[in-house]
Amino acid sequence: MTTDNVIDRDPVDSDVVAGKITAYLEAKAKAPVAHDEDLADSGLLTSMVAMEIVVFLESTFGIAVVGGDLKMRNFRTVDDMVALVARLRGDGENAGDA
Amino acid sequence: MTPRLTVLGAGVMGTGITALALGHGLPVTLVDIDPAVLEAARASVDRQLRHAQLLGATPDGVAAGELTTTTSVADSAGSLAVVEAVTEHAEQKDKILREVSGLVAPGTVLISNTSGIPIDELAASVERPDDLVGIHFMNPSYLIKMVEVVRGPRTGDRTMESVQALLDRLGRRGIVVHDSPGFVTSRLLHPMINTAARLVGEGVASAEQVDALMAGCLGHPTGPLRTADLIGLDNLADSLVAMSERLGDDGYRPCDHLLDLVGAGRLGRKSGAGFYEYDGTTT
Ligand SMILES: NC(=O)c1ccc[n+]([C@@H]2O[C@H](COP(=O)([O-])OP(=O)(O)OC[C@H]3O[C@@H](n4cnc5c(N)ncnc54)[C@H](O)[C@@H]3O)[C@@H](O)[C@H]2O)c1
Repeated sequence: MTTDNVIDRDPVDSDVVAGKITAYLEAKAKAPVAHDEDLADSGLLTSMVAMEIVVFLESTFGIAVVGGDLKMRNFRTVDDMVALVARLRGDGENAGDA
Repeated sequence: MTPRLTVLGAGVMGTGITALALGHGLPVTLVDIDPAVLEAARASVDRQLRHAQLLGATPDGVAAGELTTTTSVADSAGSLAVVEAVTEHAEQKDKILREVSGLVAPGTVLISNTSGIPIDELAASVERPDDLVGIHFMNPSYLIKMVEVVRGPRTGDRTMESVQALLDRLGRRGIVVHDSPGFVTSRLLHPMINTAARLVGEGVASAEQVDALMAGCLGHPTGPLRTADLIGLDNLADSLVAMSERLGDDGYRPCDHLLDLVGAGRLGRKSGAGFYEYDGTTT
């Protein structure tokens, strides 16, 4: 069934997304980055880096971040970004309440 | 009809100033000699406009202005004001200011975004020196709210009033200073960056260390060498040369390390590498 497929696929998918985002951020930070770490508090999310992250997410996951989604609160943690990517790819409804 | 701003030069500054104006609802005609540059500029302006939106630096409820790109300076006719942001070479500025001054109506404010060439020197290129003024937008122009306004000895009162109206419209605050090579900000910042580059070249410290010390000990927001990469090392070297010639001060000559990086095509963020490496998502 479709639902089963989605449920099977979804955790894998968001793990992959989280993994790619984390690898990108860790290369920038030259330090480990936890999924729920507030990147603004840890100093990584500067005004310049914020837009670099947007461009990275767009080119890596084939999404366009525009309008009301262009808000810093969508980029504060890896978890926030995974949720945004899921929503903009149209599989947001399967992302549970993450 | 909404008045239009013309921006000459679609490089780092021209695209940033364009994003600033569009975000505040002003339509912009962006001019460059190079069609390939204009093509890339569209994407770059779009990214910078979204960057401004991301950081809440655009006014709410204002629809973005429309962007027109062109290789024809003649399209500047009829605009509210013209911002010159071409390469920091006096001959290039002379040529384009001469051209544009013959095209726009008297009273159209001509703004140079030069980093350091005195406004009164550029005034020799225009038909009406009273219409010419310096507005030294900072980089990124759409994020930094303050600008350095340079009043030349021949800049008119009416021009200064128009500048104030334009800055209000763009949500910027200007500090008006007198004319001089490098004005205040470049005269102070550029030799500091030059010295920072010299320290790296001499092996006293790495770029990361220089920036960390300037940020951590002296409260500099990003460090001088990250700033250098943002400015563009070619522009930095050009500006230093322009200032050293006009100030008669060899201390302003770009140091060897800076020139080596420029020679190697490491121009900073805009080329993907400078003092630091960038990942291709920055320009
Ligand atoms: N980069 C900065 O941080 C900064 C900050 C403040 C002021 N400025 C000043 O702003 C000006 C532009 O600097 P930049 O960094 O954007 O340079 P840039 O090299 O990024 O861009 C300059 C652009 O001007 C174009 N150009 C050259 N001659 C032209 C002509 N005759 N007509 C139309 N276009 C022409 C070039 O093709 C290029 O695209 C310079 O005077 C510079 O000193 C730069």
